[in-house]
Amino acid sequence: MELTLWTYEGPPHVGAMRIASSMKDIHYVLHAPQGDTYADLLFTMIERRGQRPPVTYTTFQARDLGGDTAELVKKNIKEAVERFKPKTLLVGESCTAELIQDQPGALAKGMGFDMPIVNLELPAYSKKENWGASETFYQLTRTLLKEKVSSSEKISPLRWKELGRRPKVNILGPSLLGFRCRDDVIEIQRILSEQGIDTNVVAPLGASPDDIKRLIDAEINICLYQEIAEASCEWLRRNFGMEYTKTIPIGIKNTVEFINEVHNKLDLPLTNKEELEHKSKLPWYSKSVDSNYLTGKRVFIFGDGTHAIAAAKIAKEELGFEVVGLGTYSREMARQVRATAKELNLEALITNNYLEVEDAMKKAAPELILGTQMERHSAKRLGIPCSVISTPMHVQDVPARYSPQMGWEGANVIFDDWVHPLMMGLEEHLIDMFKHDFEFVDGHQSHLGHTATKTENFVNSEDKEDKNSKEGIIWTESGRAELTKVPFFVRGKVKTNTEKYAILRGIPEISDETLYDAKAYFS
Amino acid sequence: MSKVKFNKETGPREVFCGLTSIVWLHRRMPDAFFLVVGSRTCAHLIQSAAGVMIFAEPRFGTAILEEKDLAGLADAHEELDRVVNDLIARRPEIKTLFLVGSCPSEVIKLDLATVAEKLNKRFIGQVRFVNYSGSGIETTFTQGEDGALKALIPLMESSNEEKLLLVGTLANNVEDRFKKIFRNLGISNIESFPPRQSTELPKIGKNTKVLLTQPYLSDTVRDLKHRGCEIISAPFPLGIEGSTKWFLAAAKAFNISELKLHEIISPLINRSKLALESHKEILKGKRLFLLPESQLEISLARFLHNECEMDLIEVGTPYLNKDLMKEEINLLPDNTKIVEGQHVEKQLDRVRESNPDLVVCGMGLANPLEAEGISTKWSIEMVFSPIHGIDQAADLAGLFSKPLKRNQILTSKTLVTH
Repeated sequence: MELTLWTYEGPPHVGAMRIASSMKDIHYVLHAPQGDTYADLLFTMIERRGQRPPVTYTTFQARDLGGDTAELVKKNIKEAVERFKPKTLLVGESCTAELIQDQPGALAKGMGFDMPIVNLELPAYSKKENWGASETFYQLTRTLLKEKVSSSEKISPLRWKELGRRPKVNILGPSLLGFRCRDDVIEIQRILSEQGIDTNVVAPLGASPDDIKRLIDAEINICLYQEIAEASCEWLRRNFGMEYTKTIPIGIKNTVEFINEVHNKLDLPLTNKEELEHKSKLPWYSKSVDSNYLTGKRVFIFGDGTHAIAAAKIAKEELGFEVVGLGTYSREMARQVRATAKELNLEALITNNYLEVEDAMKKAAPELILGTQMERHSAKRLGIPCSVISTPMHVQDVPARYSPQMGWEGANVIFDDWVHPLMMGLEEHLIDMFKHDFEFVDGHQSHLGHTATKTENFVNSEDKEDKNSKEGIIWTESGRAELTKVPFFVRGKVKTNTEKYAILRGIPEISDETLYDAKAYFS
Repeated sequence: MSKVKFNKETGPREVFCGLTSIVWLHRRMPDAFFLVVGSRTCAHLIQSAAGVMIFAEPRFGTAILEEKDLAGLADAHEELDRVVNDLIARRPEIKTLFLVGSCPSEVIKLDLATVAEKLNKRFIGQVRFVNYSGSGIETTFTQGEDGALKALIPLMESSNEEKLLLVGTLANNVEDRFKKIFRNLGISNIESFPPRQSTELPKIGKNTKVLLTQPYLSDTVRDLKHRGCEIISAPFPLGIEGSTKWFLAAAKAFNISELKLHEIISPLINRSKLALESHKEILKGKRLFLLPESQLEISLARFLHNECEMDLIEVGTPYLNKDLMKEEINLLPDNTKIVEGQHVEKQLDRVRESNPDLVVCGMGLANPLEAEGISTKWSIEMVFSPIHGIDQAADLAGLFSKPLKRNQILTSKTLVTH
């Protein structure tokens, strides 16, 4: 049993709903009690969808449990098929139905329909949303393509040459309730088409079962979001020999590498290599002198695996930040995030507990937080600027304007989205510097509001309560005075470092000089 | 009883479960914590309905069942014990802890009553534990509050003191207004249930006169009756008519003359009627379809027809307690079509066929209906907004006139100039 106040991911059947709702001509019969229908609002309110998710909930009640819930399942399946006439039917259960073991998938298969039926078994007590989405997309792909496995020869990535046409690829992974997927797809298609590569199918977003059956008309697969599409890509590779890309095109370096990877796989000559770096404003904006102040900014990153790893690379290599924390809630991608963290001399934070993330943020004393909507709220409390880089989705993460994360335009969006909160952060610093000037109106607030002031108090009040730290170190008047002069966003770090230094040197009292000694020691 | 037409329907439903009521219950009692014993779905449901992120640490959470908890119930009880201990250590300010049953905990027959009993002994004098079920297999949306209140009744001490007890969660400002009016009437001993502090439960007994503020408290009413309380039969205090009749019923129960009541509330009625006018102008003659969800549908239909002159196409309700709703149903126009239960697909067919001007529905359905060109009002807003009482009648009407007004603005011809 795990105490959860808030969770980054929903249950696995919500993942299945993401796939069903992303697609056309599909219906999902979900054996579930009333109340589970709440999931519809994720799509109709957060994504502002004008259609209901294609889901029928059996909504069994306590009084049904003594009777025949299996009959109820069959009745709902029959009605759903007659009403919605799907080309493929998904059948599954939510957490409660899993316990009563009606096996709705097996029931559906026994009802004599001639459309393909996908029996979804998504263990609700051990798995989560992204896993559910990945498994659903995989089972769907497998069901619709398994007949063609034995008859097909392995697909060579060079087949396009024999066929005398432009190379074709599939873009796999984008789904509803995925971070900026709608726009990423447009951006990636644009990039591929500029390189002379055609998109065969985009799935699950906007695809129909017929489109899934056509996946094998392409030469290779673009795995755009590992969380959703890797299992399917791997199955297509094993059974049809279709290779798939591993690079996620977020950031300039990754986008260039992605284009290289696609060209290498297809054996397509890359003729516009020189042009590529100029397609986004990020490299120049980052190099321009105005961006000098970005150097070494301390940034804390937390999100899904795909976006957290990409953010770390952009932060360090393309913006010149210092990554001081990296973590993910995607357990399925923990290994990769750990590896990325290790390269940055960090230990990755793998957790589904937002309070742990908030604690880690406090300890790391970053100047910028790149996180989910939850970290945005925590950051607000800590008075630290924040930009949102990952799901879980919020209505703000579905902007009206074109706003991808991937490709050239994605890099532009990222530059603006990450740097603008920092401009404000700089303003905050100026306020801190000039607050003693007579022109300065007391109570001047930047967009961060009162919380920034509270952060000062946070450090100071901690002092008051805990004047003598555990190791018996005392802050003298001069030491405390000097500490308050340190910009608020690094004050916590300076305090910890100075104490660490004092312990190391056996200094019992911290004066202003100790502060400078420690500063010199650690720099 | 007016000649309304009762219909029943079964099939797939599109409603919240009782867990959702935690969203307003925890605000009402800031010293209580609601611990759902359930699945990740339960946790996700509550956070999706409540916008949990705005809280540093919310006063509700879910003990999420994992595979090993399903294997052996003994272990599940131990695990729950551990979770509760951790929680109380972290949140020492909690005075009452509600253990809230869910669909999975009910199906595996996790005995929360026994767990609560044990915990009560261990934390005696520090935290009180009560349990109820908010599961979707037993409760719909607002029924969760019924369960929570019913669970508190055994903790209420007995007293034969004469008092007026307002039962059902009200917005604090509305509650204050009501109490002021009752005091002016000469009823001095007024209490509310649930109280603002979970530990300050009212005492009840044979001289307790219960006046319901919400129409979804069937079980609570039954148990209050068992404790000797007198239930004052009245419509619910929504709109001027409902509120007036509600006050009147209370006055009668306390032998206060109708004349005195009118003296006090007439000025309120007059100004409220004035405030209602502009909304009535928009709502008048418009056709309304209410889908079942909050259980307030019948009272809302009565208000919107009788006071705002809307035409009622269909009034859905998740379930119907004819006894509790008697006074409301009497006020409905003849031939009102009430549909108890739901077959969401068939009901939506009827919505489309009847071409309504406004549909009251859940959040899952609102945008899809809007996309079809049908104006909507989400029902969840009714349980978060102060809508009770004479003074709030115009605000209540405003919840329904606003979408129509907006629709008018956005589709008005003056916009189409470029």
